[in-house]
Amino acid sequence: MSKGINMNQYLVSSAEERPDFAAIAEWIPKGASVLDLGCGDGSLLRYLKEARRVRGYGVEINDVDIVMCIANGVNVIQNDLESGLSDFEDNSFDFVILSQTLQATRHTEALVNEMLRVGREGIVSFPNFGYWKNRLNVLRGHMPVSQELPYQWYDTPNVHLCTLHDFEMFCDRQRVAILERSVMTGEREVKLLPNLLGSTAVYRFQRGI
Amino acid sequence: MAQAERVLFLGPRLNTTNSIGIVRAQRAQFDTPLVFRSGAVLPRYELVYETYGKLNADKSNAILICHALSGHHHVAGVYADQPKNVGWWDNMVGPGKPIDTDKFFVVGLNNLGGCHGSTGPSSIDPETGKPYGASFPIITVEDWVESQARLADRLGIKQFAAVIGGSLGGMQALQWSLAYPERVRHVLAIASAPRLTAQNIAFNDVARNAILTDPDFHGGNYYQHNVVPTRGLRLARMLGHITYLSDDAMADKFGRELRSEQLNYGYDVEFQIESYLRYQGDKFAGMFDANTYLLMTKALDYFDPSHDFGGDMNKAFARSKSDYLVVSFTTDWRFSPQRSREIVQTLLHNRRNVSYAEITSTHGHDSFLMEHPHYFDVMRAYLDNVASEVSR
Repeated sequence: MSKGINMNQYLVSSAEERPDFAAIAEWIPKGASVLDLGCGDGSLLRYLKEARRVRGYGVEINDVDIVMCIANGVNVIQNDLESGLSDFEDNSFDFVILSQTLQATRHTEALVNEMLRVGREGIVSFPNFGYWKNRLNVLRGHMPVSQELPYQWYDTPNVHLCTLHDFEMFCDRQRVAILERSVMTGEREVKLLPNLLGSTAVYRFQRGI
Repeated sequence: MAQAERVLFLGPRLNTTNSIGIVRAQRAQFDTPLVFRSGAVLPRYELVYETYGKLNADKSNAILICHALSGHHHVAGVYADQPKNVGWWDNMVGPGKPIDTDKFFVVGLNNLGGCHGSTGPSSIDPETGKPYGASFPIITVEDWVESQARLADRLGIKQFAAVIGGSLGGMQALQWSLAYPERVRHVLAIASAPRLTAQNIAFNDVARNAILTDPDFHGGNYYQHNVVPTRGLRLARMLGHITYLSDDAMADKFGRELRSEQLNYGYDVEFQIESYLRYQGDKFAGMFDANTYLLMTKALDYFDPSHDFGGDMNKAFARSKSDYLVVSFTTDWRFSPQRSREIVQTLLHNRRNVSYAEITSTHGHDSFLMEHPHYFDVMRAYLDNVASEVSR
């Protein structure tokens, strides 16, 4: 079926375009159970299903994305993240992922807590507002618009942008223990001055004591 | 990528023209007694059904369509001698449509107890030579699935690629995966519920009371009296109809529009909505059997897979081996999205593969029968994957 093949090509390329996917996949052992919040078209879940044989579910609100997820053969539940994760039982997943969505959530604190109620560990990725290009934009007197932050200030869904430092302070205050961090710019991993030189951050964390 | 581009691969979104064309009903006779959940026994019975498309060589591409309260076996297409008698789900079932008859062998039947050709209260009981009437046993969703499984045996279908139904039909689809986990790969439960709420049972009881208290009902044996409890059936349908529509849809369609120019200060039809409901009630009462209506509402009330598991729905679904698509509609208050989410929660608990779509629609419970782009895209996307699992 030619239609299906075309679609597959689109989906594989979309997974390859997202360097945080590879970083996330590296942390997820084979056969793990994964809940992907704000899963979009399901390409991360499909990637994890193929690369890691995960048992996965996505949560998404957007109609077109729901259809794309179903076409992708991944489980998707149409729901608003902001209304909580009441469909999901305590500790029912190994990992709860929030990929490039944290900055667009209104009740960020509540959602991170929900992630750690439903999952053993949480994984978030987000655009680092502290990245030097973003800082430069602000210094020049403008809100940053870039590949990671493609929106204008007036139409952005990103209501809670933060830097690496901000997120780490947030975790500290929420008694969330960070287990691992991966910072990158494009596909290149950033070790030196990550809060300045990294455009995207990925964190793995669990409930702290 | 633009959204319009992203959905292109799903093919044409709306398909009103591609009909399966001329179809014909078939009959299957069963002489092995069917023991109902109530303990009653039906020694022999007939089921009337239709099929569309071709069963493939390994018989893996069959889809069963289960009908809701007033549905029947005529799901799609038209009859040669009745070109205007279009199947009740013709927008969904046909060549190139979401339930694609070019890919699937689709089976629709009239449920046992129905009034469209399968053995029901209005059929002649061969033991007595009279219509079954009140003696037709109360039938449950479980009993229907049992009779449907026998029809599947007859057609040589060991496993359905999918069992699909809306509303009461969705309950049958769910029950299939519980009664015959090995025989159904995918369940599509649309605008359905794992069991009725008290409010829903209450609506059914008022509808039944309208029929039961009609002087022409004669304890269910009205056939011998050559009368029909039309008034009761009509009221039952009017009540039902109100609950199938949304407040908004009714306001949009009728508002407070009057039938005539001025107010008449009487009990005759004053508002258009009254006229519409009476018309719907009359139409239905003229073609549907009151005893069947009673049976269908009872089947709805009794359905509760958790009944044998101390009320624990999670335990009831532990047997399932199927994958599920659950669909609800935002303005459906008779089978609300919340009820569909209860199905989803139970499936998540049991680690079944499940996807859930909540369709934004203004048409209330009736939405499941309507052509809606997102709804149809969801169905098409899901069933395209089901089709890719089966050989041509």
